[in-house]
Amino acid sequence: MKPRQKRIALIVGGLASLAIAAGLALNALDSNIALYVTPSEVAAGKAPQGKAFRIGGLVKEGSVKRQDMTVRFVMTDMAKDIPVAYTGILPDLFRDGKGAVVQGRLGSDGIFTATEVLAKHDENYMPPEAAAALKQAQQTQSAPDAKQAPNQVEKKP
Amino acid sequence: MRQSIIQWFRFASPQSFYPLAGRMIPWFWAAAAVFGIAGLWLSFFVAPTDAQQGEGYRIIFVHVPASWMSMFIYLVMAFWAGLGLALNTRVSGMMAQALAPTGALMAALSLWTGALWGKPMWGAWWVWDARLTSELILFFLYLGFMALQAAIDDPRRADKAGAILALVGVINIPIIYFSVKWWNTLHQGSTINMNKAPSMAQTMLWGMLLMALCFWMYSIAVALMRVRAIILERERHTEWVKHAVE
Repeated sequence: MKPRQKRIALIVGGLASLAIAAGLALNALDSNIALYVTPSEVAAGKAPQGKAFRIGGLVKEGSVKRQDMTVRFVMTDMAKDIPVAYTGILPDLFRDGKGAVVQGRLGSDGIFTATEVLAKHDENYMPPEAAAALKQAQQTQSAPDAKQAPNQVEKKP
Repeated sequence: MRQSIIQWFRFASPQSFYPLAGRMIPWFWAAAAVFGIAGLWLSFFVAPTDAQQGEGYRIIFVHVPASWMSMFIYLVMAFWAGLGLALNTRVSGMMAQALAPTGALMAALSLWTGALWGKPMWGAWWVWDARLTSELILFFLYLGFMALQAAIDDPRRADKAGAILALVGVINIPIIYFSVKWWNTLHQGSTINMNKAPSMAQTMLWGMLLMALCFWMYSIAVALMRVRAIILERERHTEWVKHAVE
């Protein structure tokens, strides 16, 4: 082999082994990289015990109740529900039936006391008229609004 | 075939690349201006308000092109760095060095506009999710590349060290791109996918694509200007530079 070919082979080989190493490391870190767990994972006991963690999912439609400064709502992934209590200011995009990520602790009574609520918006952008038309079409079909659920529902447990 | 290879390698010499780059720069500036004006007009006056996010979503017209360019420039930079390492061509290392500051600028812009967007929409300036963290690492890779190159006096050795860092960092690019798919992140999934229609209104999409083209042309123009300066600096002992500067 000419020196040039040798160098090219060395670079390609180096990059390939690096890719494999990174792949293995990321695979091992998988659960630590995830920003949140889903309500189903909490129900299955996969949430960290005795310390703060984040739950991601949808705000169950019609579950948001305000009482003075405290907001109570239910986080759902269409399979399991977790009641949440939060005192503080909600982000603008926090809506019924939309994605959210809450950080806090799970009490022994099964209520998750949140210290921070983040809204998770989806990747769809459309003018209000199109959104209204879409909603009307869905209501006439009266099918469960599965499309609105962000990807966390399909994600592996 | 033989002929074409020789022609191609002619531009690997700084002396012939210098005037070529000089001739190309005004064209890229002109293209950047045209795409920028059209893109800004579409994004601010034509594109409709978003149903969910209101007017605030318009930051994507800067955020998304900047993020794309930050990743793309890194790939181009690593390509030049790898080429220089493999073939020992002189201009390759200079190209890599010239691209790094623009890439760093794009990464910084992406992080900054993302934070400005995140506060009103998510409710947080910063979250340690996989997408945001890997983009921050990309920013640090650019800074590390520039620092490493600047720290070594001999330009050929600086190029070699930088090239290795740039090539190792390439692994971060697919991680950024697929992070929203592989892990639970607060950052939304990608709007533009290779295997399905983009989930955004037509005019919004056009505004974003034109802005991306504008950023692209700007990056090329600035990188070429910078590479000309680097050529002059590194070749200052040669006869042709003495003539060119006069």
